[in-house]
Amino acid sequence: MNDMRILERDVDTKEVKIAAKNVQVYYGDVRIVKPEDVAKAVEDKRLTHAIKNVNVEIEDKTVTAFIGPSGCGKSTFLRCINRMNDTIDVCRVVGDIRIDGEDIYDPQVDPVQLRAKVGMVFQKPNPFPKSIYDNVAYGPRIHGLAKNKAELDDIVEQSLRKGALWEEVKDRLQSPGTGLSGGQQQRLCIARAVATEPEVLLMDEPCSALDPIATAQVEQLIDQLSKNYSVVIVTHSMQQAARVSQKTAFFHLGDLVEYGETGQIFTKPEDPRTESYITGRIG
Amino acid sequence: MPVFWLILIVLGISCAGFVLGRYRAMASADDNSRNLHSLPVYYGTHVFMKAIVPGFGLMILWLLAQPLVIDNRVSQMIPADQIDEGSTIGLVMSEVRRTAIGLENAVAQGAMDAGLANDGNADVDEVTRQLKDSGQVVTANITQPILRAAQAYRDMRGTSNLLMSIAVLLVTLGGVAWAVSQTHRGFRARNVVEQGVLAILIAAASVAILTTLGIIFSLVFSTIEFFKLYSALDFFTLLEWAPSFSGRGGASSLGILPLLWGTLYISFVALLVAVPIGLFSAIYLSEYAGPRLRGIAKPLLEILAGIPTIVYGLFALLTIGPLLMSVFGDDGLGWMGGGRSVMTAGIAMGIMLIPFVSSLSDDIINAVPQAMRDGSYGLGATKSETIKQVVLPAALPGIVGAILLAASRAIGETMIVVLGAGAAARLSLNPFEAMTTVTAKIVSQLTGDSDFASPEALVAFALGITLFVLTLALNVFALYIVRTYREQYE
Amino acid sequence: MSDASIQATPEQPKTTSLLVADPHTQKRKTAEKRFQAYGLAGIFAGIFFLIVLLIAILSSGTGAFTQTFINVPVYLDPAKLDKKGNRDINDLKKVSTFGYNPLVQNALFQIVQDAGVETPFEKTKDMKALISASAAAQIRDVVLNNPDLIGETVDFRILASSRVDGYLKGRVHREDLARDKNIDAEHLDIVDALLPSGVVRKSFNLGFITGADASESRAEQAGLGVSMLGSLFMMFVVLVLALPIGVAASIYLEEFAPKNRITDLIEVNISNLAAVPSIVFGILGLAVFIQFMHLPQSAPLVGGLVLTLMTLPTIIISTRASLKSVPPSIRDAALGVGASKMQAVFHHVLPLAAPGILTGTIIGLAQALGETAPLLLIGMVGFIASNAPDGLASGLLDPNSAMPAQIYEWAKRADPAYYERAWGGIIVLLVFLVSMNTIAVLLRRRFERRW
Repeated sequence: MNDMRILERDVDTKEVKIAAKNVQVYYGDVRIVKPEDVAKAVEDKRLTHAIKNVNVEIEDKTVTAFIGPSGCGKSTFLRCINRMNDTIDVCRVVGDIRIDGEDIYDPQVDPVQLRAKVGMVFQKPNPFPKSIYDNVAYGPRIHGLAKNKAELDDIVEQSLRKGALWEEVKDRLQSPGTGLSGGQQQRLCIARAVATEPEVLLMDEPCSALDPIATAQVEQLIDQLSKNYSVVIVTHSMQQAARVSQKTAFFHLGDLVEYGETGQIFTKPEDPRTESYITGRIG
Repeated sequence: MPVFWLILIVLGISCAGFVLGRYRAMASADDNSRNLHSLPVYYGTHVFMKAIVPGFGLMILWLLAQPLVIDNRVSQMIPADQIDEGSTIGLVMSEVRRTAIGLENAVAQGAMDAGLANDGNADVDEVTRQLKDSGQVVTANITQPILRAAQAYRDMRGTSNLLMSIAVLLVTLGGVAWAVSQTHRGFRARNVVEQGVLAILIAAASVAILTTLGIIFSLVFSTIEFFKLYSALDFFTLLEWAPSFSGRGGASSLGILPLLWGTLYISFVALLVAVPIGLFSAIYLSEYAGPRLRGIAKPLLEILAGIPTIVYGLFALLTIGPLLMSVFGDDGLGWMGGGRSVMTAGIAMGIMLIPFVSSLSDDIINAVPQAMRDGSYGLGATKSETIKQVVLPAALPGIVGAILLAASRAIGETMIVVLGAGAAARLSLNPFEAMTTVTAKIVSQLTGDSDFASPEALVAFALGITLFVLTLALNVFALYIVRTYREQYE
Repeated sequence: MSDASIQATPEQPKTTSLLVADPHTQKRKTAEKRFQAYGLAGIFAGIFFLIVLLIAILSSGTGAFTQTFINVPVYLDPAKLDKKGNRDINDLKKVSTFGYNPLVQNALFQIVQDAGVETPFEKTKDMKALISASAAAQIRDVVLNNPDLIGETVDFRILASSRVDGYLKGRVHREDLARDKNIDAEHLDIVDALLPSGVVRKSFNLGFITGADASESRAEQAGLGVSMLGSLFMMFVVLVLALPIGVAASIYLEEFAPKNRITDLIEVNISNLAAVPSIVFGILGLAVFIQFMHLPQSAPLVGGLVLTLMTLPTIIISTRASLKSVPPSIRDAALGVGASKMQAVFHHVLPLAAPGILTGTIIGLAQALGETAPLLLIGMVGFIASNAPDGLASGLLDPNSAMPAQIYEWAKRADPAYYERAWGGIIVLLVFLVSMNTIAVLLRRRFERRW
């Protein structure tokens, strides 16, 4: 495993998958008419400036880790990438995020189509109250990926295999997904996300609710997945970031402080704030 | 009004006790309240409580027991031949009571001589005439034994009232004396008073239990009476409801099935109206609507819940009925014979239940965790896909519970069916025909001048207990479902 | 992790542009719109029903607040009213309303002739159909109160019969007259002729709000006032009993009750009582209060007792909610300075919960005010309560009706003139309910506290 990661780090010619420029996120139930209103509302504390001017380029077939103390905006930024923030009424996203050169906040873009392309795995395993099979088949069904039952069966099996869960559940595909253990549930959620054939996979602290053994399994899985997808993972654990990612971004109080090769960030951070965080003085 | 005066006297004694207790406590503490165990007001309250509680308690018990005892003794005085064919001891006793009250009022007005009123050998006709002249309600058949019984009744009531007054006053004064004798500076008046207050609180809380017991006893006893007169098997299996109006049970067929059918049919129509509208509005309000639409539409829908059922009844009878008649009646499709029908009542009831279904479903849909929705959105599902395939299946048990609660409401609803559904019991599938329900028949059997001992009246209690058990079971079951559902997501 | 390794061969990523919606997505968006439309349709259906209901109430009910009156100068003929000529009140009383009828009819007939209305009627008796049967009694009351008026001509404003009233309100149509024995087309011609001069005119009907119910044939005279008093006395009983009992029970359950089986039993009991059909409470009232305790039938006291039992669960549930919303820190603070538990509750928790309790009580009262079914069983319907009670005791014990029961009674009567009154009664009832609920909402807004 280790060899492979080093090998991949050497190849530095990967294309950029996601490019974010000047991204700002505000929270607050304020009616904004003119752009000047924003600055005033932030000053009055009616708006919270959650993400300040973030610029980042995320590469294809790479694991990128977002680290930083709680409330630094890393999860918020992650949710901007597949427009999950749209479901929160009081959240406003400003700026430019492009996937494969296409602006995802373009009015013509349907977030539904975007999310099929950019899958997401959440902090807490959230299987639907349905069978394991239906959990995985849900995405392909709504996106019309399978022409018939046999094809759907095949997608479900492949996805469960990618999720490293097939061997454990192949005999009980019809039992409820909520009956699995926490680690299995999270892998089910990953399999579910993979089943829609996304190009980018966003993971919001996928291991925070899991025990070490389940964590190790999921981490191994992330490593496998990065062969096909661009994986972005938010994590609280610096060790995890060091273990799984090739690139790391450090967020602090809504700013992207430092972004670079994982090895470099953890050994020779350029910014003093990064160093403080890594050595455990903040966060 | 002697009881009224007695209440005032007991209150007066208790208040005097309050002052006395407080004074005595202060005296024992050399007029310095710091030397007392409790605040002076507690010593007063202590005496007040010990005076008023036994006084009023005895009075209430006496007033409850008095009619039973007197009725029992007086009814023994009435010879069996005084009870006409087709009458009962109960009817004769109400005659006696009426006469006694008439005598009482006549004497009080001065229209009748007290001697005549008490004269056991008084001329019946003369008494009747004098009673009528003084404006009392008198029926024609006062006979000598009834007059005597009435006089005895009046006599016993007078004696009993006097005895009660004496006993109550003695008990109240005794309470004051006991409490005052306890009062001294070291007495823990606050603790005693607080225990008393706690007892009052417990008594208040048990009113709920008493109500339930009252409901059960009043239903069960009369139902047993009914089943003595009428076969229980017939009641539950006969397909016909045809009470005779004059006969004494023999000619009546009192089968509950046509009534249950009407009840369930109307409830079904009501749910058919209320569930789709209520559920869809709940979905829209909780998942789509912005705060402004929600702020307007939700209270508007809830107005429907605050409108009394008599209004819906009138709406069914005078608006929905004629409207349906114009479409399905003789001028239209010819399916409907009159304005009152299953549809008429069902639609009105459905409108009434819309807010009930929608607000319950709203709560239940909101209880589905956001993580579940996020999971679905994260996969690229649209809102409607998320709702149909994730939120609703997750909320299903709760929604079923809500629908069952609404069904129990529909089954127990009275005014709408009394006005909108009709009076004829019928086993039919045509929703435009008039049918009747359990509740409507309870009303019709217990109102009017029916004799409460006849099976035609007693059947209402059997219907009542069926209704009670049915709605209770539905409720307990529905609440159980909803509760387990809530716990699942807590 | 053999599962994962199998799929190690990289897939060709499909490159679809986000800017172009594919047909499948478009289909799904249509489905989404359709579903949203269903939801909106649900809301609008609900609001539509509400509006239809309100329109039905207002359009059919406002008529009850106006009534047709006829202004007639009646000559109080001493030859008929006081044959002995001595103005002795006892002799005057012997002349019944039958003696007054001809006077009114004469007076109206005179007006008709003076106005030059062409009419086939020749007898004064034919005027009867135009005049309410209550007119004679109205005049008799005036005469008995003031015997000196006899011999004079006095202007009276008497009620027109309900058919005339219905004709002016558009309820009685000329086409239907063939089937109507009570009035003829010629009568209506007279009405049309008298309208411009103001002899016959519609005006505000105070009698509807303050008056008593009338017999089946005198719809024009029926009013809601006495039954309103009946409702008032019932609400008084409910307030006096349900509020203290409800609050005491809630305090016990919320603050003192140990967690044991009996407490559980009481709680389950209360939540189930809240769902018992109201008619069952009616049976309870009939069996316990009337048959067992021999309380008078049709008395507001009994109605109030039944409604108290019915409202208690509502009040207990809302009181408990507001007691629960008082944070424990308040109790701790009181206990910390040495107050007993009872003192902490009564001195600190209860006053803080009072606005919530009051709100719940008002809502419970509003619910009780509109309740009809149990009142039918204890006999508060089906007779005419003609006199307003003259005191607390008679208000509580004398037979009376209640607003919703009166409305039900009117709805059952055959004469359509009563339907208008039933709707009108509903307007009055709703005015009461709306104001009670508004007070409750205002109270909540004013005193709501966020901890």
